[in-house]
Amino acid sequence: MSAAAAEADAARGTPPPLLKVEGLKTWFPIRTGVLQRVDRWIRAVDGVDLEIPQGKTLALVGESGCGKTTVGRSILRLEQPRAGRVLYDDTDLLALSRAALRPYRQAMQIVFQDPTSSLDPRMPVRDAIAEGLRSFSIGANTAERTERVAELMTMVRLDPEHMWRYPHEFSGGQKQRICIARALAVGPKLLICDESVSALDVSIQAQILNLLRELQQRLRLTYLFITHDLGVVGHIADRVAVMYLGQIVETGEVTEIFEEPKHPYTRALLGSVPRLDLERAGRLGGGAPGDPPDPANPPEGCRFHTRCPQVFEPCADTPPALREVQGRRCRCHLYDPAHMARAEL
Amino acid sequence: MSAPILTVENLSVSFPAAGARAAVVDGVSLAVSPGEVLALVGESGCGKSMTALAILRLIAKPGRIEATSRIAFEDRDVLALKVTQMRALRGAGIAMIFQEPMASLNPVQTVGDQVIEALRLHERVGRSAARDRAARIFERVHIPDPRGRLDAYPHQLSGGLKQRVMIAMMLVVRPRLLIADEPTTALDVTVQAQILALLRELQDELDMSILLITHDFGVVNELADRVAVMYAGRIAEEGTRAEVLGAPRHPYTQGLLRSIPSLAHRGSDLEEIAGTVPSIGTWPAGCRFATRCPKVFAPCEAEVPQTVRLSQSHRTACHDVAREFVS
Amino acid sequence: MSWIGNAIVAVLVVGGVFVYLRVRRNRLWRESMAALVRRRRLALVILGAYVLVGLLDTVSWVGGDGVQGVAASEARSVVDRIFKPSIFREKSYSAPFASVEFVGGAALTFPGRHVLGTDLLGDDVLYKTLKGVKVALLIGGLTCLVLIPLALLFGVSAGYFGGRIDDVVFFVMSTLASIPNLLLLIALIMALGKGTLQVCFALGITGWVGLSRLTRAEALKLRELEYVQAARALGVSHPTIVMRHILPNLAHLVIITFALLFTGLVLSETILAYLGIGLDGSWGRMIDQARNELSRDPVIWWNIVAASAALFILVLCVNLIADALRDILDPRTLRERA
Repeated sequence: MSAAAAEADAARGTPPPLLKVEGLKTWFPIRTGVLQRVDRWIRAVDGVDLEIPQGKTLALVGESGCGKTTVGRSILRLEQPRAGRVLYDDTDLLALSRAALRPYRQAMQIVFQDPTSSLDPRMPVRDAIAEGLRSFSIGANTAERTERVAELMTMVRLDPEHMWRYPHEFSGGQKQRICIARALAVGPKLLICDESVSALDVSIQAQILNLLRELQQRLRLTYLFITHDLGVVGHIADRVAVMYLGQIVETGEVTEIFEEPKHPYTRALLGSVPRLDLERAGRLGGGAPGDPPDPANPPEGCRFHTRCPQVFEPCADTPPALREVQGRRCRCHLYDPAHMARAEL
Repeated sequence: MSAPILTVENLSVSFPAAGARAAVVDGVSLAVSPGEVLALVGESGCGKSMTALAILRLIAKPGRIEATSRIAFEDRDVLALKVTQMRALRGAGIAMIFQEPMASLNPVQTVGDQVIEALRLHERVGRSAARDRAARIFERVHIPDPRGRLDAYPHQLSGGLKQRVMIAMMLVVRPRLLIADEPTTALDVTVQAQILALLRELQDELDMSILLITHDFGVVNELADRVAVMYAGRIAEEGTRAEVLGAPRHPYTQGLLRSIPSLAHRGSDLEEIAGTVPSIGTWPAGCRFATRCPKVFAPCEAEVPQTVRLSQSHRTACHDVAREFVS
Repeated sequence: MSWIGNAIVAVLVVGGVFVYLRVRRNRLWRESMAALVRRRRLALVILGAYVLVGLLDTVSWVGGDGVQGVAASEARSVVDRIFKPSIFREKSYSAPFASVEFVGGAALTFPGRHVLGTDLLGDDVLYKTLKGVKVALLIGGLTCLVLIPLALLFGVSAGYFGGRIDDVVFFVMSTLASIPNLLLLIALIMALGKGTLQVCFALGITGWVGLSRLTRAEALKLRELEYVQAARALGVSHPTIVMRHILPNLAHLVIITFALLFTGLVLSETILAYLGIGLDGSWGRMIDQARNELSRDPVIWWNIVAASAALFILVLCVNLIADALRDILDPRTLRERA
């Protein structure tokens, strides 16, 4: 992070980052032929830099196929990145051996999107929540662990009496609370919420979002909130990073970006969200034309140039870098001083 | 105001549950006028999809449309039609598009063939003439490279393109009423915007009525003329877009609208509707929202609330509103 | 060596009680078992009777009442002792409940007492049928004891770990599946001998591929589910994940396949008997030996009917139970029962 940006952050009172991601790349091989040679690579995450300030919520936003879920999984090493660094406490988690990584797992946990497939149907809920306790030997015996499970269930507003029930006896919202309890059992500092409220009805979603906010204040948690729902981002996130085809295209404070999106894709995204405002309805800024390109074959130059309403000369051959623009970072030639003169012509 | 193109009166659909029959759609009445978009909104399990399937008589056993129901399309009694007449109505008078286009398209047939098949089912056209028409329809729904795409298989197309193919298949027969069941829920938000714009365009051009089923109030705001809110099988509130979204009277609608997260609600808790939807068959005898309503009082659990006409277009079924209205 | 038989029975009974107690604690299994009993009571009772006879035929000891025709060192089972086959016999064929010999009409030693008649050598057919129960249960049960762990080991490691392990296992599976089963079986039995244990072992070694494919596919699917991912994020080791999450969610598949394999094995033993490598005292042998009797005039039917009926009833009961289990243990019905 540059000196100017660090100053800007300090001025805002933004705390130091709990987690820093630098140049993360996670590619998936496409194998073809009898010998299963690697033909091409799906560049799901292709050079991502993130900083998550302690105690705050960073939202990672993008549409399907942009790689945001892969970022979350790569940070936890549920997928193996091919390059980059994930710095927690000045330690690069990607460079550690599996055994050395294990204690760090306690510090970071994840809550997934589908509450049903997130819980083993043949395990009572108490065992599911206690899984982390057993794994890290928290609690001296079974009775102590059961007590801790009861505490956790109360914390997520579930009745501890129900701890011996099975997942299918709970509703979707309740199952998601169980998943949150399971993640919190080991005392993490960072919680990655991977589309954790996307599969829930609006009224249940509100309950879970309120719960997550309460838990963040009470336990001083840091959130990486992965979602495609911009309403949720506007409501709970402090900072936002917008992803397109494996790269961050814009990142900064949520209020600033929502009020004045600079990157054309961010503008298209915000413009596509159907508004609830009665007056401003009926003029949906028709999104971005066309469909997102193939992540195995991203366009040359700027990846968004094939759909960009403001495309100009440099876009098709030179990939833009992520640079500082008025207190945020944006990956677009429009804000590159070298090209800005040409753009205006 | 011209006569409605679709009238649904006292529609009830029941399923067996714990020995008895439970009405998952209970006494629903609504009407769609020609050229208008009526949005049927509610959360999962409220019965909105069931209502749509009932209109097309696609309810499978052990579900059953109760005899007290009445459905009229262009003055014809839909429930009394014979099987062959019903089949002719489906796709020609009333068409339906679904949430998951992948599930509605045959994976082993090219999309062009499927559209041509639909075309030739309803009109007498030769093969090459049909192909021309199909290409023109693909162009109409803004599918890039329309002639080339005729030979594509569904799995080669993105979600947005597949949904456009579904709309194309529906357009082939120029229905007077389109029932769209969560048409954009499975799509990315930029693609959703394109599809909604397309639907609006087509609706204007063909003067088609749309019964839009969704859970997203934003989509409702963008597309609908009138809105009906459903909860646990019953209509809680119905009115014009401005009335329901701007001045909702039913506690469920109010709670729902206030629980939608947005930049405007930043920094404060969202309003929660306490509890969860009761499972099928365990509804209270009176108002089905009584177990969760913040304004619940004496008659709610025992008596089914009567419909209160708040204005010519706005009505709701709530005891609390009724007592306010009377006094 | 009667003590092997007795030891096996002891292990089975203790093991059965142990499994029952552990399963009882888990409410899901309890409910499944209750549902099974409700739906297939008769089949379970009949199967229980078969198992009881098998156990009675396994518990054996030496000595006891000095019966003529029996060496003092020969161990005799409970069934042997009840039927006393060395005494309770005739000279040759006799029809069920008959009082005279089938050929010739001479008077029988035990007129009217042979419920299913006697065979060529005069042995009581009911006795032989009951002796066949143990053999059938062994063919099914012992083979599966070899087969199922093999199939799980290969299938789950291939599906869960993937990569090179998957490639190796796949290669082994495909090779084994390409060799004609029967030839391999015959070759193995020729090499190992025709004893019960050897035949069961051979059947197990050659038969694990099908179940292995199933468990591999299921493990592959389960590995990608979020609760397995969550367990990895919680630092749970791979072996523990397999024991705690993968295997219990495969159990329904294994149980149903076991039931089907069981019947398949019992039926295929009759083919082996036809080829001359069946087990001593099995129904397959009885059926094979009775082939000629059907072409006689008048027909001698009780031998083959008894063996076939016993076989048919056992297979039918197990199949009915398997069908019911398939419905009950289907993970999707878990939601409906809530």
